[in-house]
Amino acid sequence: MTEEVVISAQGLTKRYGATVAVDHIDLDVRAGEIVGILGPNGSGKTTTILMLLGLTEPTEGRAEVAGFDPLRDPLEVKRRVGYLPDSVGFYDGLSARDNLAYTGRLAGLSRREIDQRFTEALARVGLPDVGRDRVATFSRGMRQRLGLAEVLMKRPSIAILDEPTATLDPHSTQEFLGMIRGLKADGTAVLLSSHHLDQVQSVCDRVALFNRGRIALSGSVTELAQRVLGGGHVIDVEARGDAVRNQLAAVPGVVRVQVLAPELYRVDCERDLRAEIARRLAPSFDLLGIRFAEPSLNEVYTRYFDEVRDAA
Amino acid sequence: MRRRGSPFTGVGVVLAKETADYLSGARMWVLEALVFLTAIAAAYAAILSIRANIGESPFLFLRLLTMAQDPLPSFIALLGFLIPLIAIAIGFDAINGEFTRRTLSRVLAQPIYRDALLLGKFLAGLVALAIGLFSLWLLTIGLGLLLLGLPPNTEEMVRMLGFLVATIAYGGVWLAVALLFSVVFRAPATAALAALGVWLLFSLFWSVVTPLVATLIAGPPEGIFGPNIAYLDTAQVLDRISPNTLYAEIALALLQPATRALGPVLYSQVQGALLGAPLPAAQSFILVWPQLTGLVAAMIVIFAIAYVVFQRQEIRA
Repeated sequence: MTEEVVISAQGLTKRYGATVAVDHIDLDVRAGEIVGILGPNGSGKTTTILMLLGLTEPTEGRAEVAGFDPLRDPLEVKRRVGYLPDSVGFYDGLSARDNLAYTGRLAGLSRREIDQRFTEALARVGLPDVGRDRVATFSRGMRQRLGLAEVLMKRPSIAILDEPTATLDPHSTQEFLGMIRGLKADGTAVLLSSHHLDQVQSVCDRVALFNRGRIALSGSVTELAQRVLGGGHVIDVEARGDAVRNQLAAVPGVVRVQVLAPELYRVDCERDLRAEIARRLAPSFDLLGIRFAEPSLNEVYTRYFDEVRDAA
Repeated sequence: MRRRGSPFTGVGVVLAKETADYLSGARMWVLEALVFLTAIAAAYAAILSIRANIGESPFLFLRLLTMAQDPLPSFIALLGFLIPLIAIAIGFDAINGEFTRRTLSRVLAQPIYRDALLLGKFLAGLVALAIGLFSLWLLTIGLGLLLLGLPPNTEEMVRMLGFLVATIAYGGVWLAVALLFSVVFRAPATAALAALGVWLLFSLFWSVVTPLVATLIAGPPEGIFGPNIAYLDTAQVLDRISPNTLYAEIALALLQPATRALGPVLYSQVQGALLGAPLPAAQSFILVWPQLTGLVAAMIVIFAIAYVVFQRQEIRA
């Protein structure tokens, strides 16, 4: 991943009369990075996206997207950004090809480029044979894929995806997440808005948690977990033998030991105790594995908003 | 802050797509068929009447458009009634349809300004309307050639072309009204109803409203010494707020060459005039120039209002 910042927002604010939709947010996204934006409905995610695209004017602050100011150079920004809105809509009476050819022409692509890129994009999203079919016959999942194909046709340096998997079944969701990873592999920066925390966690390098128009937390899931769930470390230990749990509990610095499954233990520690645990267990037990447990974004999110509610 | 890039980027693409949609859509086909059938029936009925009295007028083709034959009204009366309906049918869901289909944010995420979308849609509607009317114009002339056995003279062609342009401008006004409501109301049905309401106001109720308002402003129609001129002037000004009045006056002056004035004429003004003698086409055009520019201006002003409202709207679906 390069360090080039492709989306940068400083103090970005949007007010509608007395209502503050987005309140002085700072956000950076680097090339080839997938950043998830999370938060309850009405927390300012979509408004932020619209400001980054130049589709709505910020009241304060500034943004730079692909090197251009969306307020001053919205056309340059939109040339470089692929946008998939939530519940993407198409012209039902037109074929998939005609729909994408229209936006392709608006994007300035030649007829030849449209033909070539359309075939490639459709194959990549798993819809190789539906180009001539009317979109009216498409399922929701197919429409979402077609929306992603439109993004791919543009060959953008940045893709902004607003709740792309909201209407998909589990299998299609997994495929779609694979396509998002494919964008990252192409070097495209992805800004992903979603309510599905497990999906965000599975594809995103970093996460920004929105609350009431502000970015309340941002960083990797591990960083967020340390800030929200506490400063300790969580280690998963796989070991075979009697009294493993007791042995783990006896290690100085261990706060709690949970049995997740036979031979699998989760250990809450005050610090990184992997080496110490390995030394203690290795002589007496079959130590099968020891690693940091992946913190759950779901747990982070729930705990954070519980605390916000309790504080209120 | 000034935006970079032309606001017209993408107008051509929107224009081409929307024109194709309008011309191939079932809604347009139905409306066009309705107009063609009724207008051609009216023209045919007029031809039968004209053939019986051929030689009475040097402007046979113009009579084709103006002559009514029971039970059908004249060709121009039918057009004046139906053109607003077509224009409203074209424009009532132009913008709110994009919202309801959830295509607006997708389209505006492409490198175009919303100016281009609105202008492209308006121009496409106007082009579709113009294509339909031009076809009808050619068809009527063809029918006249076949059944009358005479070609139209140059004067008639010029007047009919002027009438065609005025009809397109008249349709443009109603298209702009429909487009405005499609921007203001998110529900297409509400926009259609609002536009039809305005049309009904001007086509049915305006002739009732204007005398009442004119009386309130300028006093009763009859004064002590005869007609109240202030009342007549006020009523005429109010009447001309309606695009239907402007269009009817243009049709009258262009298609009935003997028309020498539009509105009340004093006896002193017609002294020495050869009543019933046709005016040259150029004189008739001078006579209707204010009405024609009025229609074009109304179209531009209503479009400009729609433009301002659209610019201030949030794009979020």
